[in-house]
Amino acid sequence: MDAAMLARIQFAFTISYHFIFVPISIGVGMMVVLSEHRYYKSGIPADKAASNFWIKLFTATFAIGVATGITMEFAFGANWANYSRFVGNIFGAPLAAEGLLAFFLESTFLGVLLFGRKKVSRRFYYVSACLVWAGALLSALWIIIANSWMQTPQGYKIEGGRAVLTSFWAAAFNPSTAPRYFHTVASALLMGCFVVAGVCAWYMLKKRHLHFARQAMLWAISVGLVMALAMPLLGHWGALVAAEHQPVKVAAFENVTDTEDGATLWLFGWLTKNDDGTYDTHGIGIPKGLSLILHLNPDARVTGLDSVPAADRPPEPIVFQSYHLMIGLGMLFVLVLLLTLVMHYLKRLENARWLLWSLIACIPLALLAINMGWVSAEVGRQPWIVQGLMRTTDGISPAVSTGEIWTTLGLFGLIYLVLFVAWLRIFVGIIRKGPEDVVEMLEADKVGAPAPAGAGR
Amino acid sequence: MTLANIWFFLVALLLTVYVILDGFDLGVGVLYPFVARTEGEKRVARASIGPIWDGNEVWLISGAGAIFAAFPMVYAMTFSGFYLAIMLVLFGLILRAVSLEFRHKDEGWKRVWDGAFFLGSLVPSMLVGCALGNVIRGVPMDLRGDYTGTFLQLLNPYSLLVGVTGLFLIVTHGAAWLAVKSEGELHVRALRCRKITFWVFAVLAVATSAATILTVSRASDNVFGRPLGWFFLAVLAVALLYTIWQMTKVGGELKSFLGSAVIIIGLAGIAAVGNFPEIVPARGTPPETSLTIARTASGHLTLLVMLIVALIGCPIVLAYTALVYRTFRGKTKAADAEY
Repeated sequence: MDAAMLARIQFAFTISYHFIFVPISIGVGMMVVLSEHRYYKSGIPADKAASNFWIKLFTATFAIGVATGITMEFAFGANWANYSRFVGNIFGAPLAAEGLLAFFLESTFLGVLLFGRKKVSRRFYYVSACLVWAGALLSALWIIIANSWMQTPQGYKIEGGRAVLTSFWAAAFNPSTAPRYFHTVASALLMGCFVVAGVCAWYMLKKRHLHFARQAMLWAISVGLVMALAMPLLGHWGALVAAEHQPVKVAAFENVTDTEDGATLWLFGWLTKNDDGTYDTHGIGIPKGLSLILHLNPDARVTGLDSVPAADRPPEPIVFQSYHLMIGLGMLFVLVLLLTLVMHYLKRLENARWLLWSLIACIPLALLAINMGWVSAEVGRQPWIVQGLMRTTDGISPAVSTGEIWTTLGLFGLIYLVLFVAWLRIFVGIIRKGPEDVVEMLEADKVGAPAPAGAGR
Repeated sequence: MTLANIWFFLVALLLTVYVILDGFDLGVGVLYPFVARTEGEKRVARASIGPIWDGNEVWLISGAGAIFAAFPMVYAMTFSGFYLAIMLVLFGLILRAVSLEFRHKDEGWKRVWDGAFFLGSLVPSMLVGCALGNVIRGVPMDLRGDYTGTFLQLLNPYSLLVGVTGLFLIVTHGAAWLAVKSEGELHVRALRCRKITFWVFAVLAVATSAATILTVSRASDNVFGRPLGWFFLAVLAVALLYTIWQMTKVGGELKSFLGSAVIIIGLAGIAAVGNFPEIVPARGTPPETSLTIARTASGHLTLLVMLIVALIGCPIVLAYTALVYRTFRGKTKAADAEY
């Protein structure tokens, strides 16, 4: 295998792994803020126990997200040196800004969340929770800015073989930044809602912590439903931008081989390869649907893959299937959440075991949907690393041998596997244990309060 | 002073703050298996850095991001050229971060997490110094700006010496922190370690200085030939004497900790002045392959925007960092550990 393919595999593996923990952190982070707000207002021990529970799940996940995030920053210089030299002027700035304007915020106040419960006031603690979450949302913004510039580069000129910044605002808020940011954040919040709903569903199945579970479940499904309904709209916004700036990607989403008037929107299907390298689509589709949703005109022209040479097209089957899997799962989520809400109002949710199990199953499915979204966005941009400006194969590190990439790929695989097992054990362990018993918590606080008697000197 | 030159010193400053702040918590990690014997002591050792180490590490992330943005060629050369070393640092930091977070939540694997905390602290503490040694000494490169040497060439005696010197400085710094934060036997052991590692560091520092003067005369000539070089030499000398003085006094823990912080500033300043105006000099390849500030700097607008971001961001970061340090000031008790 050549170095470019190996480096791509390594990046795909490490970023997909990192992006297990990011959406869970952002999503559960919202729950931390909501529950801590409740405790800040009420001061009731039960609310404190509930908030502590979400904070435990949040911090266990956040830690591994932070750790695996460093990999991503190092990966550009290590495996993509030519790319880094080419885009450093523009791409490096948001990464540095992420550190300074977002990462410090989350990491510093995370310390307060972890160690500050007995040291700071309720208000300080609540504000810290908000700042950690705000930091996470800002962090996502800078990263989406960087990634969106790779999709729809603006605000630059090519000078001496590298991209040089000509307008900060045009580069940062390039056409795809806003739709992709909101799409990503909404997906993370939806993810978090499924984690919360799944945990509550499990308690309902086991008939444990029911009071806690009912309250959190209602929050999760309400916010979740809003997000699940917003997702297709935000995704549509992104698709409109892509149709204008990355028409080949959109053509690959729906496998539009030839530029045509009245292109089909596929619900699902499979592709078969022709002798000339193009693919035929088989499946169920809405005739003229793609033209209709992109241009509000069933006969509008949609640019096809034939608009560029074969060497400039992405691998259609991967893009087509990941894109449709994402959309199919998104529809499924709306359905599950709607059903849950209905059953909740009919007061039959806690006995609907099949629905509770479906909510639990939605946790890995939501992760899958998010990952498929990224696959369609990133593979859909191929063969470009920066759309139209640099090819992925030209972005590699000449100084790094394939043997070295194999070595680190193996180590990443090993270490990440161990960490995943550890994280899952801890995550499930926290859920099994459940929120602290309020009576025990009060006793522990009483013992903890006059500390100087025992520990100190 | 051009924008690019300002950025050279700003990057040096970011990395110096990183070594001062993450240095002490890395040092605590290296000392951990040696000084913390009981479960309670281990708890205190971890909790002494628990609330702050994560923020400290962000200085590295910001520093690396700043190099990427301000000097892309330097970022590309070092990270791809020092590939295996960088990856080892990365694996160390990952294991360490996770071990600190998981240790108290996971009784069953506590030996695994203790080991990961130690190794994950040791490897970066050592390799960051090695990388700096190579950057001072210079490396072979081609005109595109790629490293042309081998991995073994990076493990040359000079760079290893700088690496070990750095390791002992970091451990001294960590021991001073632990002495500030702990009580009882742990405190006594931390003080003893601080003394031993400081003197080992002092001997190694003399050896490093001699090796630099003898084998990297470009750097030493730059330092001795510039007023700023003499300034940092003076800072270093004063900080060394002050630290020694405070180490002999009872209750001088915090001051000796500040002393080792200033030692780091002095050494970093000397290294920066020694390399200026080159960032990574060429060694064994033509001088035009050197990565100089002028050759590698990003465009004017990038540097300007970044400077504005830094001028707004840094004071805010420092303010809330100080607030959180203040919140967790004083001796760490076993009961302070996470719930």
